Amino acid sequence: MSFLTVLVAALFYLATVIFVTGVVYRIWLYARVPAPLRIATTPAPVTKGGVVLRMFREVAFFESLFKSNKLLWILAALFHYGLALVLLRHLRYFIEPVPLVVELVQPFGKYAAFAMVFGLLGLWARRFLIDRVRYVTAPSDHLMLALLVLIGLSGALTTFVAHTDVVALKDFALGLLTFDLKPLPGDPLLVIHLVLVAVLMIVFPYSKLLHGVGIFFSPTRNMVDNPREQRHVANWARKLEEENS
Amino acid sequence: MAKANFEVPEITGVTEVPPVQPDTMAHLETFRAKPDFMEALGFPGEMPEDWKEKAIEAMGDMLKKYRSLQVFLDACVKCGACTDKCHYFLGTADPKNMPVARQDLLRKVYRRYFTLAGKFFPKLVGAVDLTEEVLQDWYNYYHQCSQCRRCSVFCPYGIDTAEISMAAREIMDRIGVGDKYCNEIIGKVFRIGNNLGLPEPALADTLEGLEEDVYDDTGVKVRYPLDEKGAEILLVTPSADFFAEPHVDGLMGYGKVFHEAGVSWTLSSYASEAANFGMFIGSYENMRKISLRIRKAAIDLGVKRIIFGECGHAWRVAYAFLNTLAGPFDFLDPKYPVPQHILEFTWEQIQAGKLKLDPSANDDMVVTFHDSCNVARATRMGDKPGGQFEIPRNVIKAVCNNYVDMPDGTIKEATFCCGGGGGLLTDDLMELRVKGAKPRMDALKAATEEHGVTHMAAICAICKSQFTKVIPYYGFDMDQIVSVHQLVSNAIILTGQDEGGDEEEESAEDAA
Repeated sequence: MSFLTVLVAALFYLATVIFVTGVVYRIWLYARVPAPLRIATTPAPVTKGGVVLRMFREVAFFESLFKSNKLLWILAALFHYGLALVLLRHLRYFIEPVPLVVELVQPFGKYAAFAMVFGLLGLWARRFLIDRVRYVTAPSDHLMLALLVLIGLSGALTTFVAHTDVVALKDFALGLLTFDLKPLPGDPLLVIHLVLVAVLMIVFPYSKLLHGVGIFFSPTRNMVDNPREQRHVANWARKLEEENS
Repeated sequence: MAKANFEVPEITGVTEVPPVQPDTMAHLETFRAKPDFMEALGFPGEMPEDWKEKAIEAMGDMLKKYRSLQVFLDACVKCGACTDKCHYFLGTADPKNMPVARQDLLRKVYRRYFTLAGKFFPKLVGAVDLTEEVLQDWYNYYHQCSQCRRCSVFCPYGIDTAEISMAAREIMDRIGVGDKYCNEIIGKVFRIGNNLGLPEPALADTLEGLEEDVYDDTGVKVRYPLDEKGAEILLVTPSADFFAEPHVDGLMGYGKVFHEAGVSWTLSSYASEAANFGMFIGSYENMRKISLRIRKAAIDLGVKRIIFGECGHAWRVAYAFLNTLAGPFDFLDPKYPVPQHILEFTWEQIQAGKLKLDPSANDDMVVTFHDSCNVARATRMGDKPGGQFEIPRNVIKAVCNNYVDMPDGTIKEATFCCGGGGGLLTDDLMELRVKGAKPRMDALKAATEEHGVTHMAAICAICKSQFTKVIPYYGFDMDQIVSVHQLVSNAIILTGQDEGGDEEEESAEDAA
C-alpha cells in the first residue's frame, strides 16, 4: 500500500467525519432553536403545502434572487446547476454497476464543469468590480471562491486533458466505501483535486456554505402565514406566560 | 420647499444606485434614553462596568431564543443582492446602510465570540472584538434601519435585517443603551395608555368634537364612543388618529362606516394605542405587555370583535403576533378573525352593498396608494396572500374615480418604506428621514409626471406623519397626503344625510 493512498484515504475519512458531524450538528442546532413569532415575509403561503412549493422554488430556481438581480442570478444558476450536474456525474465512481440515469448524465456532467467554473469566475469578478460587493467581501470569501475554482479546474483538466486511470480511481473510491483500500493513481492533478475536495468538506460546516442547510430553516421562508387561525407559542414564551400570570 | 441644514437629494423620477460613500451618516445619532425611562421598561439605567461581557451574554441568550438570529447570522454568503435595496442606502450612499453591511456590524462580533473560525482566524473571516467603537456603530446604524423587511424579499435565503436590528437594539437595551424616542413612548403607554400620552379626558373631548363636526357636515348623529361596555366591536387605533392630520380624517371615516354598517363599537382609553414600539426595540416582554392591554380592554368591555385602525407596524403586531402574545381569544366571536383590519371590515361592507358611495366627491383628486412596509411584507388582509395589496386598492377604487399605481418595483412587496418607520420618526433623525424618503419621492414624482397624481393615500400613522413632514423638502405639499378612510369619509353618503349644495361644497373642501 503506497503512502499516498493511505494518506489520501485517511484525509477523506477525517473529512467525512468532520463534514457529517458538523452538518448534522448545525441541522440539530437550527431545528432546536425556536422561532417564537410568525415572521414569514409576506405575501406568504397560508398552507404547509404552499410553503413546500415556496421552498422548492427558492432552492430549485432561486426565486428571490431572480427578483433581486438578473446578472447575479445567471452567474449563481450557472455555478449551482453546473455543480449539481457535476456531482451527479461523479456518482459513477461510487456505485457499481452504474445506474442508467448516472450513465446518461455523464456528458452533461463533464461539460457542466465549464458552466460551473465560468459561473464561479463571474461571481469572483463581482467581488472586485462592484464597489458594494467589494465592501462586504472578506478574505475568506475570496479563499472560498479560489478553492471552488481550483477544484473545478483540476477536475476539468483531469477529465479533458491529463487523463487519469479512471478504473483504478473507481476501485480506490469503492475501496474507501468498503474499508478495503486499493491503490490511488498518483497523478498530481488528481491528488490536488482530491485533497482540495477534502479541504472543502472540512471547512464546509464552519463556513457560509451552510446557507445550503440554513435556507430550509429560514423563518421568513419556511413559516406558514396563519397566525390568526392557529396560535403559535414558543416553549420559552409559554414559560414567560406562566411566570407572569 | 422646506429648509434643511443638510443636502436634500435631488429626485428625478428614477432612483439610481449611488456609489459607496463611507461614513456619510456616521455622525447621526438619535438621543439616548435617560435612566428612568430605561428602568421603566425593565432595563438597566446605566451601562455596567462589564458591559462587554453582558452584551455577549445577551447575544448568546438571543441566539438560543430566536432561530431567525441564529440562521441569518450564519447563512449570509455576501452575494450583495440586498445592497441596492435599502432606501436608506439609496438615499445616503453610506455603505453601512446596505442591509448586509448593517447585519455585519453584529455578525462580525457574533463570529468572534460564537464561531470556530472567528475565534481562531478572525482576520480571515472578518470577525472583530466588541469595542466601544463597535457599540457606537451599532447604536448609530441600528437606528438607521426602519425594519421594513424590503431586504428580506430580495435575499436568496430571506435574511431579514429587521430581525438583526431588533436583536441588536434588545442587546443594547440590556446593557443600558437605549434610544429616547422609542423607550420614552413605551413608558407613556404603560403610564397613560398611548404613545402620545393623551389621557382619557383628552380622548373623550376629541371624540365629542368629531361627533359635532360630522353632525355639522352631514346632519347625521354619528357616534364615536369611548369605553362603552357591551359594544360589539373594540376599535384599537393609533393615538395619532385622535388629533393629527390627515389621521383624524381617517378616524372620522371609520365611525361613518360603523354607523352605516349598523354595528355598535367603542374605543378604549386603557387600550388607546394600536402602535406597539416594543416590536421596534426587539423586546418580547415589552411588546407582550403592551398587547395585553388590548386583551384586558376587550374582556373588560365585553366586546365580541377586535378591529384595528390604519396603522402599519401596529397591524403587523396585531395580525402576526397578537394571538401569540395575548391570545387565545376564545372569548370573542369565532366567526371573525382576531383581529381584523378596518379595511377588511369596510371592504366587506362595500361588497355587501351596505355603504352608499359617491366617488365623484373625490373627483378633484388623482390618487395613488403607498403600500406601507409592515403591511406589505409582514401581514395579510382577507383570505388570500396579497390581500394586503388588493383590499386597500379595492376600497380606494370604490370611492375614487381616478386611481393610479406608482411604478412597478416601488409598490406592493417591493414598496419603499416612507423613511420614518422602526422608531425613527423623531426630529433628531430628520436628515435620515429626508434622505430615506428619496426612493418613494422618486416614485411619486414619476407618477405625478406620468399620470398627474395629486394625492397619495396611506394606511399607516407613521407614514402619514413622516410624509406630511418630509414631502415639502422635495417640493410637494403636505396636504397631498390623505388617509384611505378620509377618501371613504368624503364619498360616503350617510343614511338621512343632508341633501343640497352646502353639503357638497363642504365635502370638496375636506378633500382638497
